[in-house]
Amino acid sequence: MNWITNYVRPRINSIFSRRETPENLWKKCDECGTMLFHRELSENLNVCTSCGHHMNITPRDRFNALFDGGVFVEVSVPEPQADPLSFRDQKKYPDRMKAAQRATGEKEAMLVATGEIGRTPIVAAAQDFSFMGGSMGMYVGNAIIAAAEEAVKLRRPLIIFSAAGGARMQEGILSLMQMPRTTVAVQMLKEAKLPYIVVLTHPTTGGVTASYAMLGDVHISEPNALICFAGPRVIEQTIREKLPEGFQRAEYLLDHGMLDRVTPRPQMRDELISITRMLLGLPPAIKGELPPPSDEPAQIEAPDSDGATPEK
Amino acid sequence: MTQYLDFEKPLAEIEGKAEELRALARSNEEMDVADEAAALDQKAHTILEDLYKDLTAWRKCQVARHPDRPHCRDYIETLFEEYTPLAGDRNFADDHAVMGGLSRFRGTPVVVIGHEKGSDTTSRIERNFGMARPEGYRKAIRLMRLADQFGLPVVTLVDTPGAYPGKGAEERGQSEAIARSTQACLQLGVPLISVIIGEGGSGGAVAFATANRVAMLEHSVYSVISPEGCASILWKDAEKMREAAQALRLTAQDLYQLGVADQVISEPLGGAHRDQTGTIEAVGQAISDMLEELSGKSAEDLVKQRREKFLSMGKRGLAA
Repeated sequence: MNWITNYVRPRINSIFSRRETPENLWKKCDECGTMLFHRELSENLNVCTSCGHHMNITPRDRFNALFDGGVFVEVSVPEPQADPLSFRDQKKYPDRMKAAQRATGEKEAMLVATGEIGRTPIVAAAQDFSFMGGSMGMYVGNAIIAAAEEAVKLRRPLIIFSAAGGARMQEGILSLMQMPRTTVAVQMLKEAKLPYIVVLTHPTTGGVTASYAMLGDVHISEPNALICFAGPRVIEQTIREKLPEGFQRAEYLLDHGMLDRVTPRPQMRDELISITRMLLGLPPAIKGELPPPSDEPAQIEAPDSDGATPEK
Repeated sequence: MTQYLDFEKPLAEIEGKAEELRALARSNEEMDVADEAAALDQKAHTILEDLYKDLTAWRKCQVARHPDRPHCRDYIETLFEEYTPLAGDRNFADDHAVMGGLSRFRGTPVVVIGHEKGSDTTSRIERNFGMARPEGYRKAIRLMRLADQFGLPVVTLVDTPGAYPGKGAEERGQSEAIARSTQACLQLGVPLISVIIGEGGSGGAVAFATANRVAMLEHSVYSVISPEGCASILWKDAEKMREAAQALRLTAQDLYQLGVADQVISEPLGGAHRDQTGTIEAVGQAISDMLEELSGKSAEDLVKQRREKFLSMGKRGLAA
């Protein structure tokens, strides 16, 4: 820890690494085609600054922006047995897993963490769509159970960010069994009278929607997220007619009574703080970015009242 | 007239010959074909034994979907007395894909719920081929709560290709209805037992089968996705359903090994569709045993047992 390691070396490294990055500096919006500067895009939480289109965001990036000062502690998830069915399609399941792990740098499709949002201690779990379509297998089931158990143990609310194509077929019936298993997790929260908030993100479909994603006390979705049980293509094949514009999108579900709110990602954090604090009977939080919590044990106490505004 | 499955072709030939021979004998009294016909019958029996000895996963799917297989309605009519259907979800409609109501099983009042596929074109359309809409699950939830309130055991009979993938079903919250039904199963303070009698199709099946005891008929299947659906996603070719069925491990035998099924109910030789009475009787015995096993348990114990059973699932695996 000296001047050379802290300042000089990173500077030298950055000069060299800069040469390798030019192609990653710009990202094209999938919706409007605008070229977006990567730093600007990530500062806007992967929401297009031009058209407002919500692109996928990894659980880690989401947590960095969600928790006060970007500080969170990962909750360890019990490791399930790998490849319980010795499943093989065109590839072996373990090979698909390895490829997903290499591509994402993550172990599995869900990240669970504890931390504070607006000085409100919570447990959060986020599903990673970039990891095998976020699919729900034993690990994701274990993650949700671990998250619920942690929330009950610490007496904190649980916020789940869902994103999945559905169940992980490579785990066969055991992936289907995650529907009852995660429903048990939701039951634990209900019995402990702790808030359970689901943030549905694009896409949330299949068995995930038909279990923990639709059992929240409050359902919030990001704009234009596809949320359904059976996907639009399957339905079109069944009923042989074209589906209406916006069918199964967040706004459509809001209209049909399946969601409480549709909220853009940049406003989500404040809204989650506001809702959890009201459900917990706490006074309004101080809005805006907060430094990381101190090392003292987290306390749900009234913050200083100056500048506290509950409304947006 | 028996409907033969494609792999039963050799059997169809022999049984056809035996039938022809007997028809010939009927029109010509002097002919004595008894010995020859008996020999053919014996041969048919051997073929049947051979065919059904080691059915592949895909063949099991075919047997599980056989149109002559006894359906929910057949079980209710035979095994349950005083069946009193209770209709409607008190919200939108009555779903005919789901049968349910009060009944007596061997004298004991129970609530029975099940998917009904229908047995001819008219009834299949009326029953929507056993594919429930949200109203079906909401009716089931209502009946489960009724059972809970009055302390009646619940018996569910599962036989569905899956929940209905339709526009209205999605608009009215198919996923929410399934999730709530699974939740209702987990909350029941009365015994909940489930028999997979044919097809256990994905979430549509789980919504009824999150039970204290799950029994599966020998040639029934239970899967996260249909083999055709899985093949079209993972193999990019729906025709690869044989491979997909194999890989998914959806047979009663595999699910017993995995601890998803608590017991396997033997079917008569050649599958349930060859002996409806025998099959229904075997299922009746299994229901009776399961109810007996759970009788006298407290509401807390039943809820706890169900929960722990599902939480601990997945510890056992299968070798390739």
